[in-house]
Amino acid sequence: MIEYRSIGKTFADGTEAVGDFSLMLPSRTTTVLVGSSGCGKTTLLRMVNRMVDPTRGQVLIDDVDVATRNKVQLRRSIGYVMQHAGLLPHRKVIDNVATVLRLNGVDRKEARDRSYAVLETVGLDTSLATKYPSQLSGGQQQRVGVARGLVTDPNILLMDEPFGAVDPIVRDELQRELLRLQAELDKTIVFVTHDIDEAFLLGDQVVILRQGGVVAQVGTPKEIIASPADDFVRSFVGLDKGHRRLHVEERDGTRIVVDATGKATGVLE
Amino acid sequence: MTWFRDNTDKVMDLLLSHVWLSAVPIVLGFVIAVPIGWYANRHPRLRGFLLSVAGVLYTVPSLAFFLILPTIIGTGILAPTNVVVALTVYAVAIMVRSAADAFESVPPPVLDAATATGFAPAGRAFTVELPLAGPVLLAGLRVVAVSTVSLVSVGALIGVSNLGSLFTEGYRTDNTPEILIGVIGIVLLALAYDVLLVLAGRVLMPWSSTRATPRSGLRRLVGGGHA
Repeated sequence: MIEYRSIGKTFADGTEAVGDFSLMLPSRTTTVLVGSSGCGKTTLLRMVNRMVDPTRGQVLIDDVDVATRNKVQLRRSIGYVMQHAGLLPHRKVIDNVATVLRLNGVDRKEARDRSYAVLETVGLDTSLATKYPSQLSGGQQQRVGVARGLVTDPNILLMDEPFGAVDPIVRDELQRELLRLQAELDKTIVFVTHDIDEAFLLGDQVVILRQGGVVAQVGTPKEIIASPADDFVRSFVGLDKGHRRLHVEERDGTRIVVDATGKATGVLE
Repeated sequence: MTWFRDNTDKVMDLLLSHVWLSAVPIVLGFVIAVPIGWYANRHPRLRGFLLSVAGVLYTVPSLAFFLILPTIIGTGILAPTNVVVALTVYAVAIMVRSAADAFESVPPPVLDAATATGFAPAGRAFTVELPLAGPVLLAGLRVVAVSTVSLVSVGALIGVSNLGSLFTEGYRTDNTPEILIGVIGIVLLALAYDVLLVLAGRVLMPWSSTRATPRSGLRRLVGGGHA
Protein backbone atom coordinates (compact mmCIF):
# COMPACT_ATOMS: atom_id res chain seq x y z
CA MET A 1 0.00 0.00 0.00
CA ILE A 2 1.20 3.49 -0.82
CA GLU A 3 -0.03 6.44 1.15
CA TYR A 4 0.39 10.14 0.51
CA ARG A 5 -0.02 12.03 3.78
CA SER A 6 -0.59 15.80 3.42
CA ILE A 7 2.01 16.13 0.70
CA GLY A 8 3.19 19.51 -0.47
CA LYS A 9 5.91 20.46 -2.91
CA THR A 10 7.29 23.91 -3.56
CA PHE A 11 10.17 24.01 -5.99
CA ALA A 12 13.31 26.07 -5.38
CA ASP A 13 12.08 28.80 -7.73
CA GLY A 14 8.95 29.24 -5.61
CA THR A 15 6.41 27.50 -7.82
CA GLU A 16 4.05 25.36 -5.86
CA ALA A 17 3.58 22.08 -7.74
CA VAL A 18 1.44 20.42 -5.07
CA GLY A 19 -0.44 22.16 -2.28
CA ASP A 20 -1.85 19.57 0.08
CA PHE A 21 -2.38 16.09 -1.27
CA SER A 22 -3.49 12.96 0.56
CA LEU A 23 -4.37 9.60 -0.95
CA MET A 24 -4.36 5.88 -0.28
CA LEU A 25 -3.31 3.52 -3.07
CA PRO A 26 -4.38 -0.02 -2.24
CA SER A 27 -1.91 -2.82 -2.97
CA ARG A 28 -2.26 -4.89 -6.12
CA THR A 29 -4.41 -2.34 -7.87
CA THR A 30 -3.79 0.25 -10.52
CA THR A 31 -4.20 3.88 -9.51
CA VAL A 32 -4.18 6.39 -12.33
CA LEU A 33 -3.33 10.02 -11.69
CA VAL A 34 -4.86 12.00 -14.50
CA GLY A 35 -4.83 15.70 -15.24
CA SER A 36 -3.59 18.38 -17.61
CA SER A 37 0.02 19.45 -17.63
CA GLY A 38 0.90 21.42 -14.52
CA CYS A 39 -1.40 19.45 -12.23
CA GLY A 40 1.57 17.92 -10.42
CA LYS A 41 0.84 14.32 -11.40
CA THR A 42 4.39 13.47 -12.43
CA THR A 43 5.77 15.23 -9.35
CA LEU A 44 3.49 13.08 -7.19
CA LEU A 45 4.55 9.91 -8.99
CA ARG A 46 8.23 10.70 -8.62
CA MET A 47 7.84 11.14 -4.87
CA VAL A 48 7.26 7.40 -4.50
CA ASN A 49 10.83 6.54 -5.53
CA ARG A 50 12.27 9.80 -4.20
CA MET A 51 13.13 11.27 -7.57
CA VAL A 52 11.40 14.24 -5.96
CA ASP A 53 11.29 14.79 -2.21
CA PRO A 54 8.18 16.51 -0.85
CA THR A 55 8.58 19.84 0.93
CA ARG A 56 5.86 18.90 3.38
CA GLY A 57 4.17 15.67 4.40
CA GLN A 58 5.13 12.04 3.95
CA VAL A 59 4.91 9.26 1.40
CA LEU A 60 4.61 5.83 2.98
CA ILE A 61 5.08 2.42 1.41
CA ASP A 62 3.61 -0.28 3.65
CA ASP A 63 3.66 2.21 6.53
CA VAL A 64 7.36 3.06 6.10
CA ASP A 65 8.16 6.68 5.28
CA VAL A 66 10.22 6.61 2.08
CA ALA A 67 12.27 9.55 3.42
CA THR A 68 13.87 7.10 5.86
CA ARG A 69 15.05 4.86 3.05
CA ASN A 70 18.24 5.08 1.02
CA LYS A 71 17.31 6.67 -2.32
CA VAL A 72 19.35 4.35 -4.49
CA GLN A 73 18.17 1.18 -2.74
CA LEU A 74 14.58 2.40 -2.83
CA ARG A 75 14.73 3.05 -6.59
CA ARG A 76 16.19 -0.37 -7.25
CA SER A 77 13.21 -1.92 -5.47
CA ILE A 78 10.60 -0.08 -7.56
CA GLY A 79 9.91 -0.52 -11.25
CA TYR A 80 9.88 2.70 -13.27
CA VAL A 81 8.62 3.08 -16.81
CA MET A 82 8.79 6.47 -18.46
CA GLN A 83 7.76 8.24 -21.61
CA HIS A 84 10.11 7.52 -24.54
CA ALA A 85 11.18 4.40 -22.60
CA GLY A 86 14.38 6.09 -21.33
CA LEU A 87 16.57 3.19 -22.39
CA LEU A 88 20.35 3.45 -22.27
CA PRO A 89 21.35 3.96 -25.92
CA HIS A 90 24.78 2.38 -25.46
CA ARG A 91 23.51 -0.92 -24.11
CA LYS A 92 21.82 -3.73 -25.94
CA VAL A 93 18.17 -4.43 -25.24
CA ILE A 94 18.97 -7.43 -23.07
CA ASP A 95 21.51 -5.43 -21.03
CA ASN A 96 19.05 -2.59 -20.61
CA VAL A 97 16.58 -5.02 -19.10
CA ALA A 98 19.25 -6.67 -16.96
CA THR A 99 20.55 -3.33 -15.64
CA VAL A 100 18.66 -3.26 -12.36
CA LEU A 101 19.41 -6.92 -11.66
CA ARG A 102 23.09 -6.28 -12.19
CA LEU A 103 22.91 -3.20 -9.94
CA ASN A 104 21.32 -5.43 -7.32
CA GLY A 105 24.29 -7.78 -7.56
CA VAL A 106 22.65 -10.63 -9.48
CA ASP A 107 25.32 -12.51 -11.45
CA ARG A 108 25.56 -12.01 -15.18
CA LYS A 109 24.19 -15.36 -16.28
CA GLU A 110 21.15 -15.31 -14.02
CA ALA A 111 20.47 -11.66 -14.92
CA ARG A 112 20.47 -12.57 -18.63
CA ASP A 113 18.21 -15.57 -18.15
CA ARG A 114 15.70 -13.61 -16.15
CA SER A 115 15.83 -10.75 -18.65
CA TYR A 116 15.09 -13.08 -21.55
CA ALA A 117 12.17 -14.49 -19.60
CA VAL A 118 10.69 -11.07 -18.90
CA LEU A 119 11.15 -10.00 -22.54
CA GLU A 120 8.92 -12.92 -23.45
CA THR A 121 6.45 -11.93 -20.76
CA VAL A 122 6.00 -8.49 -22.32
CA GLY A 123 5.62 -10.05 -25.74
CA LEU A 124 8.86 -8.94 -27.32
CA ASP A 125 10.55 -11.12 -29.90
CA THR A 126 13.74 -12.29 -28.17
CA SER A 127 15.65 -11.99 -31.43
CA LEU A 128 15.60 -8.24 -30.69
CA ALA A 129 17.50 -8.78 -27.45
CA THR A 130 20.91 -8.19 -28.99
CA LYS A 131 19.88 -5.01 -30.82
CA TYR A 132 20.52 -1.50 -29.60
CA PRO A 133 17.49 0.59 -28.58
CA SER A 134 17.85 2.91 -31.57
CA GLN A 135 17.26 -0.09 -33.85
CA LEU A 136 13.80 -0.67 -32.37
CA SER A 137 10.47 1.00 -33.08
CA GLY A 138 8.89 3.24 -30.46
CA GLY A 139 6.44 0.55 -29.44
CA GLN A 140 9.16 -2.08 -29.14
CA GLN A 141 11.28 0.30 -27.06
CA GLN A 142 8.35 0.86 -24.76
CA ARG A 143 7.93 -2.89 -24.29
CA VAL A 144 11.59 -3.05 -23.34
CA GLY A 145 10.93 -0.21 -20.89
CA VAL A 146 8.11 -2.21 -19.32
CA ALA A 147 10.30 -5.33 -19.23
CA ARG A 148 13.02 -3.35 -17.45
CA GLY A 149 10.46 -2.13 -14.93
CA LEU A 150 9.27 -5.66 -14.25
CA VAL A 151 12.52 -7.61 -14.29
CA THR A 152 13.20 -7.46 -10.55
CA ASP A 153 9.62 -8.50 -9.89
CA PRO A 154 9.00 -5.35 -7.81
CA ASN A 155 5.82 -4.88 -5.82
CA ILE A 156 5.41 -1.38 -7.15
CA LEU A 157 5.50 -0.21 -10.75
CA LEU A 158 5.57 3.52 -11.51
CA MET A 159 4.50 4.45 -15.02
CA ASP A 160 4.90 8.05 -16.19
CA GLU A 161 2.89 8.53 -19.40
CA PRO A 162 4.52 5.40 -20.79
CA PHE A 163 2.37 5.22 -23.88
CA GLY A 164 2.19 8.94 -24.58
CA ALA A 165 4.72 8.97 -27.40
CA VAL A 166 3.60 5.98 -29.49
CA ASP A 167 1.01 6.02 -32.24
CA PRO A 168 -2.62 5.23 -31.35
CA ILE A 169 -2.64 1.69 -32.72
CA VAL A 170 0.48 0.69 -30.83
CA ARG A 171 -0.82 2.50 -27.75
CA ASP A 172 -3.97 0.43 -27.93
CA GLU A 173 -1.93 -2.74 -28.12
CA LEU A 174 0.34 -1.76 -25.24
CA GLN A 175 -2.62 -0.82 -23.07
CA ARG A 176 -4.24 -4.21 -23.61
CA GLU A 177 -0.89 -5.84 -22.94
CA LEU A 178 -0.59 -3.98 -19.65
CA LEU A 179 -4.07 -5.12 -18.60
CA ARG A 180 -3.13 -8.70 -19.38
CA LEU A 181 0.15 -8.38 -17.45
CA GLN A 182 -1.57 -6.81 -14.48
CA ALA A 183 -4.15 -9.62 -14.39
CA GLU A 184 -1.22 -12.05 -14.21
CA LEU A 185 1.23 -10.17 -12.01
CA ASP A 186 -0.91 -8.19 -9.58
CA LYS A 187 1.43 -5.25 -9.07
CA THR A 188 0.68 -2.03 -7.27
CA ILE A 189 0.75 0.30 -10.24
CA VAL A 190 0.84 4.07 -10.14
CA PHE A 191 0.11 5.34 -13.63
CA VAL A 192 0.26 8.95 -14.80
CA THR A 193 -1.51 10.16 -17.92
CA HIS A 194 -3.32 13.16 -19.35
CA ASP A 195 -5.64 10.90 -21.33
CA ILE A 196 -8.92 10.25 -19.52
CA ASP A 197 -9.78 7.30 -21.76
CA GLU A 198 -6.50 5.65 -20.86
CA ALA A 199 -7.19 6.39 -17.18
CA PHE A 200 -10.64 4.78 -17.34
CA LEU A 201 -9.32 1.77 -19.26
CA LEU A 202 -6.43 0.98 -16.92
CA GLY A 203 -7.39 2.37 -13.54
CA ASP A 204 -9.04 0.52 -10.69
CA GLN A 205 -8.87 3.84 -8.92
CA VAL A 206 -8.78 7.07 -10.92
CA VAL A 207 -7.63 10.36 -9.40
CA ILE A 208 -8.58 13.45 -11.36
CA LEU A 209 -6.30 16.37 -10.53
CA ARG A 210 -6.67 20.10 -10.97
CA GLN A 211 -3.73 22.49 -11.11
CA GLY A 212 -1.46 22.35 -8.06
CA GLY A 213 -2.20 18.74 -7.17
CA VAL A 214 -5.72 19.50 -5.97
CA VAL A 215 -7.89 16.39 -6.11
CA ALA A 216 -11.04 17.01 -8.11
CA GLN A 217 -12.37 13.49 -7.62
CA VAL A 218 -11.22 10.01 -6.63
CA GLY A 219 -13.16 6.90 -7.58
CA THR A 220 -13.60 3.99 -9.90
CA PRO A 221 -14.26 4.93 -13.51
CA LYS A 222 -17.89 3.93 -13.06
CA GLU A 223 -18.32 6.08 -9.97
CA ILE A 224 -16.81 9.07 -11.71
CA ILE A 225 -18.98 8.71 -14.79
CA ALA A 226 -22.10 8.03 -12.72
CA SER A 227 -21.64 10.97 -10.41
CA PRO A 228 -18.99 13.49 -11.41
CA ALA A 229 -18.11 15.67 -8.43
CA ASP A 230 -18.44 18.99 -10.23
CA ASP A 231 -18.39 20.80 -13.54
CA PHE A 232 -14.60 20.53 -13.78
CA VAL A 233 -14.78 16.75 -13.63
CA ARG A 234 -17.80 16.64 -15.91
CA SER A 235 -15.91 18.65 -18.49
CA PHE A 236 -12.58 16.83 -17.99
CA VAL A 237 -14.25 13.46 -18.42
CA GLY A 238 -16.07 14.79 -21.45
CA LEU A 239 -19.60 14.30 -20.16
CA ASP A 240 -20.49 17.68 -21.57
CA LYS A 241 -19.37 16.60 -25.02
CA GLY A 242 -21.32 14.58 -27.47
CA HIS A 243 -19.35 11.36 -27.52
CA ARG A 244 -20.13 10.39 -23.91
CA ARG A 245 -23.86 11.22 -24.07
CA LEU A 246 -25.34 8.05 -25.44
CA HIS A 247 -28.87 6.99 -26.17
CA VAL A 248 -30.44 3.91 -27.65
CA GLU A 249 -32.26 3.83 -30.97
CA GLU A 250 -33.99 0.91 -32.55
CA ARG A 251 -33.22 -0.08 -36.15
CA ASP A 252 -34.83 -3.15 -37.71
CA GLY A 253 -35.25 -4.82 -34.33
CA THR A 254 -31.70 -4.15 -33.15
CA ARG A 255 -31.07 -1.65 -30.40
CA ILE A 256 -28.09 0.47 -31.30
CA VAL A 257 -26.25 3.02 -29.19
CA VAL A 258 -25.92 6.48 -30.64
CA ASP A 259 -24.03 9.44 -29.17
CA ALA A 260 -25.25 13.02 -28.99
CA THR A 261 -23.60 13.91 -32.27
CA GLY A 262 -25.64 11.25 -34.00
CA LYS A 263 -22.73 8.84 -34.45
CA ALA A 264 -23.63 5.16 -34.00
CA THR A 265 -21.08 3.72 -31.59
CA GLY A 266 -22.28 0.19 -30.89
CA VAL A 267 -25.00 -2.36 -30.28
CA LEU A 268 -26.87 -2.87 -27.00
CA GLU A 269 -26.96 -6.50 -25.92
CA MET B 1 64.79 8.45 -51.28
CA THR B 2 68.50 7.62 -51.23
CA TRP B 3 68.85 9.81 -48.19
CA PHE B 4 66.04 7.90 -46.49
CA ARG B 5 67.60 4.51 -47.36
CA ASP B 6 70.92 5.63 -45.87
CA ASN B 7 69.35 7.10 -42.75
CA THR B 8 66.48 4.68 -42.02
CA ASP B 9 67.73 3.89 -38.52
CA LYS B 10 68.03 7.53 -37.62
CA VAL B 11 64.54 8.31 -38.95
CA MET B 12 63.08 5.35 -37.07
CA ASP B 13 64.72 6.51 -33.84
CA LEU B 14 63.31 9.98 -34.34
CA LEU B 15 59.89 8.53 -35.18
CA LEU B 16 59.96 6.50 -31.98
CA SER B 17 60.75 9.52 -29.83
CA HIS B 18 58.10 11.47 -31.73
CA VAL B 19 55.54 8.79 -30.88
CA TRP B 20 56.61 8.85 -27.27
CA LEU B 21 56.62 12.66 -27.02
CA SER B 22 53.11 12.87 -28.48
CA ALA B 23 51.45 9.80 -26.95
CA VAL B 24 52.15 10.81 -23.36
CA PRO B 25 50.61 14.30 -23.66
CA ILE B 26 47.61 12.93 -25.57
CA VAL B 27 46.86 10.33 -22.90
CA LEU B 28 47.61 12.63 -19.96
CA GLY B 29 45.67 15.49 -21.54
CA PHE B 30 42.63 13.26 -21.99
CA VAL B 31 42.79 11.84 -18.48
CA ILE B 32 43.15 15.29 -16.91
CA ALA B 33 40.64 17.09 -19.12
CA VAL B 34 37.74 14.64 -18.88
CA PRO B 35 37.08 15.12 -15.16
CA ILE B 36 37.49 18.90 -15.52
CA GLY B 37 35.04 18.92 -18.41
CA TRP B 38 32.62 16.78 -16.43
CA TYR B 39 32.88 19.16 -13.50
CA ALA B 40 32.50 22.23 -15.72
CA ASN B 41 29.36 20.78 -17.23
CA ARG B 42 27.86 20.09 -13.80
CA HIS B 43 28.58 23.62 -12.56
CA PRO B 44 27.34 26.08 -15.17
CA ARG B 45 28.70 29.04 -13.20
CA LEU B 46 32.25 27.69 -13.28
CA ARG B 47 31.97 26.40 -16.83
CA GLY B 48 32.66 29.76 -18.45
CA PHE B 49 35.60 30.41 -16.16
CA LEU B 50 37.20 27.00 -16.69
CA LEU B 51 36.77 27.13 -20.44
CA SER B 52 38.24 30.65 -20.57
CA VAL B 53 41.31 29.56 -18.60
CA ALA B 54 41.72 26.65 -21.00
CA GLY B 55 41.34 28.98 -23.97
CA VAL B 56 43.96 31.40 -22.64
CA LEU B 57 46.44 28.56 -22.01
CA TYR B 58 46.11 27.52 -25.62
CA THR B 59 47.07 30.98 -26.87
CA VAL B 60 50.53 30.85 -25.23
CA PRO B 61 52.96 30.38 -28.14
CA SER B 62 54.50 26.93 -27.94
CA LEU B 63 58.12 27.94 -28.42
CA ALA B 64 57.88 30.51 -25.65
CA PHE B 65 56.18 27.95 -23.46
CA PHE B 66 58.96 25.39 -24.04
CA LEU B 67 61.53 27.99 -23.04
CA ILE B 68 59.74 29.32 -19.94
CA LEU B 69 58.78 25.93 -18.52
CA PRO B 70 62.22 24.95 -17.14
CA THR B 71 62.18 28.01 -14.88
CA ILE B 72 58.66 27.18 -13.69
CA ILE B 73 59.01 23.46 -13.05
CA GLY B 74 62.78 23.33 -12.50
CA THR B 75 63.67 20.93 -15.29
CA GLY B 76 66.81 21.10 -17.39
CA ILE B 77 66.56 23.37 -20.43
CA LEU B 78 67.01 20.43 -22.82
CA ALA B 79 64.80 17.94 -20.94
CA PRO B 80 62.08 16.24 -23.04
CA THR B 81 59.87 16.69 -19.97
CA ASN B 82 59.44 20.34 -20.96
CA VAL B 83 57.91 19.32 -24.25
CA VAL B 84 55.74 16.66 -22.65
CA VAL B 85 54.45 19.02 -19.97
CA ALA B 86 53.81 21.87 -22.38
CA LEU B 87 51.99 19.63 -24.83
CA THR B 88 49.95 18.13 -22.02
CA VAL B 89 48.85 21.63 -21.07
CA TYR B 90 47.81 22.31 -24.68
CA ALA B 91 46.03 18.96 -24.86
CA VAL B 92 44.11 19.78 -21.68
CA ALA B 93 43.35 23.25 -23.03
CA ILE B 94 41.70 21.83 -26.16
CA MET B 95 40.17 18.80 -24.52
CA VAL B 96 38.44 20.56 -21.62
CA ARG B 97 36.05 22.32 -23.96
CA SER B 98 35.38 19.12 -25.92
CA ALA B 99 34.81 17.23 -22.69
CA ALA B 100 32.38 19.83 -21.35
CA ASP B 101 30.51 19.72 -24.67
CA ALA B 102 30.63 15.93 -24.62
CA PHE B 103 28.96 15.67 -21.24
CA GLU B 104 26.48 18.34 -22.25
CA SER B 105 25.54 16.21 -25.28
CA VAL B 106 24.28 13.37 -23.09
CA PRO B 107 20.48 13.55 -23.21
CA PRO B 108 19.06 14.57 -19.79
CA PRO B 109 16.12 12.11 -20.04
CA VAL B 110 18.58 9.22 -20.27
CA LEU B 111 20.37 10.42 -17.16
CA ASP B 112 17.06 10.87 -15.40
CA ALA B 113 16.06 7.34 -16.40
CA ALA B 114 19.37 5.96 -15.17
CA THR B 115 18.90 7.63 -11.80
CA ALA B 116 15.32 6.43 -11.56
CA THR B 117 16.31 2.84 -12.27
CA GLY B 118 18.73 2.97 -9.36
CA PHE B 119 22.19 4.00 -10.56
CA ALA B 120 24.24 5.52 -7.75
CA PRO B 121 25.94 8.83 -8.71
CA ALA B 122 29.42 7.39 -9.25
CA GLY B 123 28.14 4.37 -11.16
CA ARG B 124 26.08 6.66 -13.34
CA ALA B 125 29.06 8.90 -14.10
CA PHE B 126 31.28 6.02 -15.19
CA THR B 127 28.85 3.62 -16.82
CA VAL B 128 26.31 5.99 -18.34
CA GLU B 129 27.65 9.53 -18.70
CA LEU B 130 31.18 8.66 -19.78
CA PRO B 131 30.23 6.16 -22.51
CA LEU B 132 27.47 8.40 -23.82
CA ALA B 133 29.86 11.34 -23.92
CA GLY B 134 32.16 9.05 -25.92
CA PRO B 135 31.45 10.15 -29.48
CA VAL B 136 32.04 13.86 -28.74
CA LEU B 137 35.05 13.02 -26.55
CA LEU B 138 36.46 11.04 -29.45
CA ALA B 139 35.98 13.94 -31.85
CA GLY B 140 37.89 16.16 -29.42
CA LEU B 141 40.61 13.61 -28.90
CA ARG B 142 41.20 13.36 -32.64
CA VAL B 143 41.86 17.10 -32.77
CA VAL B 144 44.17 16.82 -29.77
CA ALA B 145 46.09 13.93 -31.31
CA VAL B 146 46.72 15.63 -34.63
CA SER B 147 47.57 18.94 -33.00
CA THR B 148 49.98 17.32 -30.55
CA VAL B 149 51.82 15.36 -33.23
CA SER B 150 52.37 18.56 -35.14
CA LEU B 151 53.40 20.57 -32.06
CA VAL B 152 56.02 18.04 -30.99
CA SER B 153 58.13 19.10 -33.95
CA VAL B 154 58.58 22.57 -32.42
CA GLY B 155 60.45 20.79 -29.64
CA ALA B 156 63.30 20.22 -32.13
CA LEU B 157 64.04 23.94 -31.90
CA ILE B 158 64.97 23.58 -28.25
CA GLY B 159 66.99 20.43 -28.90
CA VAL B 160 64.50 17.71 -28.06
CA SER B 161 64.95 15.12 -30.82
CA ASN B 162 61.95 14.00 -32.85
CA LEU B 163 60.90 14.01 -36.49
CA GLY B 164 61.01 17.81 -36.33
CA SER B 165 64.78 17.53 -35.98
CA LEU B 166 64.80 16.57 -39.67
CA PHE B 167 63.47 20.08 -40.42
CA THR B 168 66.08 21.88 -38.40
CA GLU B 169 68.93 19.68 -39.59
CA GLY B 170 67.75 19.60 -43.18
CA TYR B 171 67.36 23.38 -43.19
CA ARG B 172 70.83 23.88 -41.80
CA THR B 173 72.48 21.50 -44.26
CA ASP B 174 70.24 22.54 -47.16
CA ASN B 175 68.97 18.97 -47.50
CA THR B 176 65.47 19.10 -49.05
CA PRO B 177 64.85 15.31 -49.03
CA GLU B 178 65.52 15.25 -45.31
CA ILE B 179 62.95 18.04 -44.70
CA LEU B 180 60.45 16.21 -46.91
CA ILE B 181 60.93 12.96 -45.01
CA GLY B 182 60.24 14.90 -41.81
CA VAL B 183 57.00 16.34 -43.18
CA ILE B 184 55.83 13.01 -44.57
CA GLY B 185 56.71 11.21 -41.35
CA ILE B 186 54.74 13.66 -39.23
CA VAL B 187 51.71 13.59 -41.52
CA LEU B 188 51.73 9.79 -41.59
CA LEU B 189 52.04 9.62 -37.82
CA ALA B 190 49.13 12.02 -37.40
CA LEU B 191 47.05 9.91 -39.79
CA ALA B 192 48.02 6.74 -37.94
CA TYR B 193 46.82 8.22 -34.65
CA ASP B 194 43.59 9.33 -36.26
CA VAL B 195 42.90 5.92 -37.81
CA LEU B 196 43.73 4.23 -34.51
CA LEU B 197 41.35 6.49 -32.60
CA VAL B 198 38.54 5.95 -35.08
CA LEU B 199 39.01 2.20 -34.92
CA ALA B 200 39.13 2.28 -31.13
CA GLY B 201 35.89 4.27 -31.23
CA ARG B 202 34.19 1.64 -33.40
CA VAL B 203 35.30 -1.14 -31.08
CA LEU B 204 34.45 0.66 -27.84
CA MET B 205 31.23 2.30 -29.07
CA PRO B 206 29.52 -0.12 -31.41
CA TRP B 207 26.20 1.53 -30.58
CA SER B 208 27.27 4.81 -32.08
CA SER B 209 28.00 5.18 -35.74
CA THR B 210 31.42 6.72 -35.48
CA ARG B 211 31.18 7.38 -39.18
CA ALA B 212 28.72 10.12 -38.34
CA THR B 213 31.06 11.97 -35.99
CA PRO B 214 32.59 15.03 -37.62
CA ARG B 215 35.84 14.25 -39.38
CA SER B 216 37.19 17.23 -37.58
CA GLY B 217 40.66 15.97 -36.75
CA LEU B 218 42.65 17.15 -39.69
CA ARG B 219 40.26 19.74 -40.98
CA ARG B 220 40.21 21.75 -37.77
CA LEU B 221 43.95 21.66 -37.52
CA VAL B 222 44.41 22.90 -41.05
CA GLY B 223 41.76 25.56 -40.55
CA GLY B 224 42.80 26.85 -37.17
CA GLY B 225 46.19 25.35 -36.55
CA HIS B 226 48.64 26.57 -34.01
CA ALA B 227 52.33 25.80 -33.84
